[in-house]
Amino acid sequence: MVHAAPGGPFDDERVLPADVEANIAAAYHLDEPLPKQFVRYLGGLLQGDLGPSYRYRDYTVAELIGSAFPLSLKLGAIAMALALIIGVGTGTVAALRQGSLLDRVVMGFSMTGISIPVFVVAPVLVLLFAVKLQWLPAGWSGASGIGRYVLPVFTLALPQIAYIARLTRASMIDVLGRDFIRTARAQGLGTPTVVRVHALKPAMLPVLSYMGPAIAAILTGSVVVEEIFGIPGLGQFFVRGALNRDYTLVLGIVVFYATLIISLNLLVDILYGVIDPRVRYR
Amino acid sequence: MTLLKVKGLSIRYGDDVVVDDVSFKVKRGESVGLVGESGSGKSQTALAILGLLPRQARVSGSIEFDRAQVIGAGEEALNELRARRIGIVFQDPMQALNPYLRIGAQLKQILLSHGLAEKGDADTRVIEMLAKVGLPDPERQFGAYPHQLSGGMRQRVMLASALIAEPDLLIADEPTTALDVTVQAQILDLLEDVRDNTALLLITHDLGIVAGRCERMLVFEDGKLVDSGATTSLFASPGHEHTRTLLAAAPRVDRGAVPPGVSASTLLSVGDATVSYKELNAVYDVSFAVKRGETVAVVGESGSGKSSLVRAMLGLVPMEAGRVVYAGDILKGPVEDRALSQRRDLQLVFQDPASALNPQMRVQAIVEEPLLVHEPRRPSAERLSRVVAVLEKVGLGERFLRRFPHELSGGQAQRVAIARALILDPKVLICDEAVAALDGSVRQQVLDLLRDVQKETGLSIIFISHDLAVVRSISHRVLVMYLGRLVEAADNAKLFSAPKHPYTRALLDSVPVPDPVVAPKRAPLRGEVPSPMHPPSGCVFHPRCPIAEAICSNKAPTLVDHAGTRVACHLVAD
Amino acid sequence: MSMNRAVKVPVTFLMAIAVFALVGPWLSPHDYITTDFDNLLASPSASDMHLFGTDDLGRDLFVRTMLGVRVTLIVAVVASLVSLLIGVAYGAIAGFVGGRVDAAMMRFVDTLYALPFIFFVILLMVAFERNFFLIFVAIGAINWLDMARIVRGQTLSLREREFVEAARLTGVSTARIIFRHIAPNLIGIVVVYVTLTIPQAILVESFLSFLGLGVQEPQTSLGALVNVGVAHMESASSMLLIPAGLLALILLCFNFLGDGLRDHLDARHTE
Repeated sequence: MVHAAPGGPFDDERVLPADVEANIAAAYHLDEPLPKQFVRYLGGLLQGDLGPSYRYRDYTVAELIGSAFPLSLKLGAIAMALALIIGVGTGTVAALRQGSLLDRVVMGFSMTGISIPVFVVAPVLVLLFAVKLQWLPAGWSGASGIGRYVLPVFTLALPQIAYIARLTRASMIDVLGRDFIRTARAQGLGTPTVVRVHALKPAMLPVLSYMGPAIAAILTGSVVVEEIFGIPGLGQFFVRGALNRDYTLVLGIVVFYATLIISLNLLVDILYGVIDPRVRYR
Repeated sequence: MTLLKVKGLSIRYGDDVVVDDVSFKVKRGESVGLVGESGSGKSQTALAILGLLPRQARVSGSIEFDRAQVIGAGEEALNELRARRIGIVFQDPMQALNPYLRIGAQLKQILLSHGLAEKGDADTRVIEMLAKVGLPDPERQFGAYPHQLSGGMRQRVMLASALIAEPDLLIADEPTTALDVTVQAQILDLLEDVRDNTALLLITHDLGIVAGRCERMLVFEDGKLVDSGATTSLFASPGHEHTRTLLAAAPRVDRGAVPPGVSASTLLSVGDATVSYKELNAVYDVSFAVKRGETVAVVGESGSGKSSLVRAMLGLVPMEAGRVVYAGDILKGPVEDRALSQRRDLQLVFQDPASALNPQMRVQAIVEEPLLVHEPRRPSAERLSRVVAVLEKVGLGERFLRRFPHELSGGQAQRVAIARALILDPKVLICDEAVAALDGSVRQQVLDLLRDVQKETGLSIIFISHDLAVVRSISHRVLVMYLGRLVEAADNAKLFSAPKHPYTRALLDSVPVPDPVVAPKRAPLRGEVPSPMHPPSGCVFHPRCPIAEAICSNKAPTLVDHAGTRVACHLVAD
Repeated sequence: MSMNRAVKVPVTFLMAIAVFALVGPWLSPHDYITTDFDNLLASPSASDMHLFGTDDLGRDLFVRTMLGVRVTLIVAVVASLVSLLIGVAYGAIAGFVGGRVDAAMMRFVDTLYALPFIFFVILLMVAFERNFFLIFVAIGAINWLDMARIVRGQTLSLREREFVEAARLTGVSTARIIFRHIAPNLIGIVVVYVTLTIPQAILVESFLSFLGLGVQEPQTSLGALVNVGVAHMESASSMLLIPAGLLALILLCFNFLGDGLRDHLDARHTE
């Protein structure tokens, strides 16, 4: 499919003599019929071989991913953890104090957070904190230490914090309205106990289901964040690859991401069964 | 010794007053029944006693429990009262229990939060309590989840949770409404056995329950307490008009008059009907006939197959075996294959009017639709007059034409559903729990309506119900079903005065009689209806049957005629 | 039944923005193309009618921003309609037919749901040049999944409702059942979800434009404007803040609108 597009990966380099072109084509198997290329690719996939990068010719795609992924993983994981902790925390508190000023502030914040795309938040934050206030570094390579993590992680996390807070609040309000919570209160358990023992688990179910899309969103966001902050992560490679028509790299990254997400979704499904016994015992 | 003193209690939501200046007392150890129709404020009062009303509620007045004021009390003070001094059982245990936690854990938490037990012996205390409420195999059930238990067992667990901290007052809000009638009897007995000296405030719409189990009685109407006194006195000479109305509207299973006049000609017959879903038999080998102008009632508890039977008769669901004959013709299986004339003659009214009417359609369109299908050539003016005529017949008028279903009350909505069913002048009307969701007086009105239509037009009615008292008041003949099988089929008079099948006898004995003079019988049956997926061998009733013998578990009985009654039992004596 | 403020306020804002976007450029003496190299990156000023200033090629930002708003809105609405059509058809068929067909169809949706679609889209965009038409297809392809799920769920529960059974019993034709009984009860929820898919479509389009893969010069969209604004944010911060602010405002309005409609719908159901 990718090959069906006009233009090849080597088009914008120097024009090569015909036979050199043919040699390169043969080396990369581009001269074979498309279906055969596809099968060859799949075969390679199963062996963990994603093929060579067209652009960075000294490296295979797998190596490139391997070098860039750990950094993206670190950023993404911290962002996700931050989003869960802050999001669930504020959402729960907002639900418990429904209608109060705190609740309205939290809701306002989260509405704004999900309405403003990452690529707007990032530059605005950089403008504010790095350029105008000079509190934090704007770039990655020029800085060092914890400081340079702050803005990128926070930018990545912000929309997720907003969404998870909203989701948690709505879910918690829904759970708190259910009959069994009324029973728990009638048993004289006290609000902290009611929330901890009875409400928290079911309220987390929608958040758990959201984890799959959340991770996908963080991956997407990482593309922007890495671009803006100049972080040498997987997202940046993806964009470069796309703009350079480095097919194998781009395809490789997409396959990698897809596998990652599918396995994480499986994990989410399993966890869902742990929390909701009705799903378990069928 | 007064335990609970309620004075001038009023509860408001905005402009809506749901409880209006209610005052009453409950003494230590006594049992008080709180009756009224839905929306009369009973549950709101109960919730107020525990401080469980939603935050939008505006409460005024005084609720004193053992001299501690509830209204306006802080959470800590309320938590001292809850479970320790006042326990509560709610109506629907599937909703009231936490489906995500094991039941043992839920009960244990009560003990732990109130400091009544250490982690070590909390488990034992819980298991003891589970045994006390009659749960079989309590050690294993300790680790069970609510959805793994049957309805009756879940309600026992709820009772356990309400009593485990040994309160002085137990509030039970419609505790048996969601249960089968034989299970209801068990739970009511359990309530008596297990409460010891705990006072009981029993909220119910069922006067039979109050008559049998409560020393005193409070009558609510529209948020006001209109009558109160000893149960026997109030039944004998009601103080207030509303009490009289409620009593008059309560049908009795131990008395009744048979509705008059049935012709001899058979209109509809069902032969050897078997309906199955995947691996289980919902209906097994059922045969019966309906005469012109006759009301045949089909009774049974959950799993009896009553609804599946009529859906199969109507062609909504496939019948695996058997046939339906109407006016001499065999009806084809799927309803889509039947002739229009056959389809118009058999109509159905459902239990839940809210679900049976399209919320996007006005009453006029709803009632008119069958005409559009069956008589499309009629001019619209004629259709309109037909619609108005049938609306008037059911006691609604022209002014209901433009209304939407959500603008109707339960009774009105049900009448619209009936109007829709009657507009084509059907010969057979099937009512599937058609009055179960309606309150006493409204229910009576709808039943009267059905009787009138039957008298006027010779309509045959198949009346499905779990409520035997209602059935006695309206039917000519009764079919009793258990786990998909027909166990007894008899005339009204014969069935109620001399039931032949042990299940029928148990059913009748389980129904509470709205008369305090008649002492309630101990629950005649143990256990609950088994799952249709694993029916017992031989006679499916034998595990619960009080007179079962060896042959009952080996051989399934067939329907045999005993002096006009058909019974499926090996042990029937004539 | 009156719509509450949560609906009226965003609608008013959106209408105002839309009107501005349509009418504004006519009122300005400038157009969106003319470059003016003497007047690069100017700050907003009223004197020469550059209300938002100029961009890096001296073009008037007010007109370009309004153009951006137009493009963003049109793309979003059209793409949402595309995903609506696909989603509703798919979901309604799955829900109505039920059984194994439904199970298979939803399994397919679940699998697609798991994949990081955006990346596939970017792949497509890159591979097939910067085709304007493709943007619609891409956005529509991403967003139909949610709509399909919602519609299927609603159709399934409607099918079980007794009034549908009653209609079937009486002999109402399948066509009439679908159009008169099921469809009207779907409209409410579909409208709510469309107002929630539009912001998603806007986000996708803006994202693509931001990466340089969306709308092409000299046309512009809010996302593309933000992209340019980022590059010049230190020297002319209004170039970033104005389109960013407008984008955020539009998204906020749609989100509030969707929420308000959803609450309104829920309130009706619990009556």
